[in-house]
Amino acid sequence: MSAFISVLLFGMTRDLTGHSSVLVPIHEPTRVGDLLSQLHQDYPALAGLRTLLVAVNGEYAEVDQEIGPTDEIALIPPVSGG
Amino acid sequence: MIAITVDPIDVAAALKSIELEQAGAIDLFLGVVRNSTQARSVNRLEYEAYDRMAVSEMEKIANEAHQRWPILRYTIIHRKGTLQIGEIAILIGVATAHRGDAFVACRYIIDTIKQTVPIWKKEVFMDGEEWVNALFGLS
Repeated sequence: MSAFISVLLFGMTRDLTGHSSVLVPIHEPTRVGDLLSQLHQDYPALAGLRTLLVAVNGEYAEVDQEIGPTDEIALIPPVSGG
Repeated sequence: MIAITVDPIDVAAALKSIELEQAGAIDLFLGVVRNSTQARSVNRLEYEAYDRMAVSEMEKIANEAHQRWPILRYTIIHRKGTLQIGEIAILIGVATAHRGDAFVACRYIIDTIKQTVPIWKKEVFMDGEEWVNALFGLS
């Protein structure tokens, strides 16, 4: 079944994509790694980031974690707080 | 208390919030906006946060610090938005019975925040701007 997943973008990922969030078409079931592959395909400039992690519902996620349209997904480029 | 705020950080209020009679030591760490980075003159910084996750990640760090050291009270306040040179970007306060624990816990908290908390800063120069440490091949 196909659906859309909304992804929040911050910092450099927002600058690279030009959006503060994007809707990504997915085929359920899908995993974090699938989403990252799709985003890298849509936005090749993401490859320039030193690191790119994914948060699911406010927690860092592994690439094999399953995700769906109701999850809050965010891309986490290298952090630089403090 | 853990908070992210767009308002200037009130150091006196933060200190007051962690004072107590059993504390023989209170460490306050202030992260402040510096006027240059790698010999390049900085005009201002712009901080952005994924608020919900930034707070929960800071809670994890504070909980871990609590497990490791006998912390009596603590506060962590991170500012976001546009900050000028000399303004406080982060305040960490730790109250313990003895100074050794306060120093080391405070150091642990700031060092770990820099590694895991989803907050980003952009350096704005006279002639451009740059998200700190984001891309390969840049500073």
